[in-house]
Amino acid sequence: MRLFRHQLRWEQRLFWRSRESAVFVFLFPILLFALLTAVYNGHIDGRPASWALLAGMIAYGAANTAFAGLAITLVSRREIGILKRIRATPLPPPVYLAAVLVSITIVFAIQVASLFALGRLLKSTPWPGHVLSLALALALGAAAFAGLGLAITGFIRSLEGSSAVLNVIVLPMAFLTGAFGPTRHYPQVLRAIGAVLPLKYLLDLIKGIYLHGQQFWDKPLAIGVLAAWGLFGMVVALRTFRWEPREG
Amino acid sequence: MSAISVRDLRKSYGTYEALRGISFEIKEGEVFGLLGPNGAGKTTTIEILEGYRTRDAGDVDVLGFDPERAGSAFRERIGVVLQQSQLWPNLTVAETHRMFAGYYEHPREVDEVIAVVGLAEKRDARVKTLSGGQKRRLDLGVALVGDPDLVFLDEPTTGFDPAARRAAWNMIRSLRSLGKTILLTTHYLDEAEQLADRLAVLREGLIIREGTPAELTGGSSETEIHYRRDGHDVVVRTTEPTRVLHELAAEALAEGRELEGLTVRRPTLEDVYLALTAEQQE
Repeated sequence: MRLFRHQLRWEQRLFWRSRESAVFVFLFPILLFALLTAVYNGHIDGRPASWALLAGMIAYGAANTAFAGLAITLVSRREIGILKRIRATPLPPPVYLAAVLVSITIVFAIQVASLFALGRLLKSTPWPGHVLSLALALALGAAAFAGLGLAITGFIRSLEGSSAVLNVIVLPMAFLTGAFGPTRHYPQVLRAIGAVLPLKYLLDLIKGIYLHGQQFWDKPLAIGVLAAWGLFGMVVALRTFRWEPREG
Repeated sequence: MSAISVRDLRKSYGTYEALRGISFEIKEGEVFGLLGPNGAGKTTTIEILEGYRTRDAGDVDVLGFDPERAGSAFRERIGVVLQQSQLWPNLTVAETHRMFAGYYEHPREVDEVIAVVGLAEKRDARVKTLSGGQKRRLDLGVALVGDPDLVFLDEPTTGFDPAARRAAWNMIRSLRSLGKTILLTTHYLDEAEQLADRLAVLREGLIIREGTPAELTGGSSETEIHYRRDGHDVVVRTTEPTRVLHELAAEALAEGRELEGLTVRRPTLEDVYLALTAEQQE
């Protein structure tokens, strides 16, 4: 526990001190929200557009932070030998990974709070009603994306390519699943692709809770699909996660 | 007491045999050098002893642990400098040390370690602003912060300029005077000769020679005598330098000429090493 707290404290310091992570991981969804609410007006899903966009940016933030941000952090540390170096210390690897995951969750929680505050400020969006349900949904979403984030690190060979690869996954996923705006007018095939992606189900959960006053457990399908993606990620990660750069 | 004991260690990667059965002992407080060309198996050996790699066969004992199965208690007592690794660019030298110090039960005072590796003036500098040599010293500081009994140094001065190498050597000597056991790999002969109490020469996964630097050079018995005669270089190799030199000198004296450019040299470790590592390639 002492080791976990120690590592968590340093993970937070490392995150906020790096301009790349503070801007691209933490700030980007917040900036995008400010931009999108300025151009979208009217209503989405029977609610003011800004409410729906707020839900969309929270979901996008989960993927951007817990999936892409986590994966870039781990790949960069692996490739420059930090993960290998850490393994020679008494810090147990599970404690290390737990601290990294909790740290990224804290970043996501601060991001969500900032999005609600900014929405309030710019567009008078309401505070969330069912806070516990929302927290459960976000925790599940973050966990699922973190599992997938751990899994994908095994398939990224170099630091140089990592942010390109991750953006090629995350940005289209956000468009296809409606995080950036309604998908009603998308071609059928694109909507079908969107319908299997985990972000769609996290977005469903968040919208149900925030826009329509539902509870977490009112969406068992979304919970099941997200949990399945997360488990799939963990299983793949157990087989492919590496602590060292590939030799030669 | 042995700090490290290795018996018939073997390791293959696919069909490639990286280690073909090596054995050696390292005593407590000793600086042991593993010397050999690239691909000889140095890093494979050191990484098996550090616990990074599994072995295919053989017995390995490091501080009473089997590194393959050892956990935190083992890692409390070792310090590791990897061949290639970097640290967080945005932390300062002191922060990097403090972060690592937190992993150990009984770390050394951070400022003391920073002084030992000669980074006191860079204490509050970000890692990304350090020179290559300073980063390598940071690696060493981080390896020492847990106050290890055994330090692994995998090619600690590769890429250093001569001044930085001298500084690193002095640092390693000061570690030795603290009573630490040190396992050092290098492909620099002068480094092995300067630092190691004993060394093993590794070639193609086998130890081909082992002993103190003096034993290794003494083991090769020939002395070389060079001089010039009528504009030609003459080289005489002999196991009886006293007699041969006496005869040459007597002959020259009798003819009233000088043995121009006379040098008498014992083979250096480099000569021995090059001869040893070249044998197989011929």
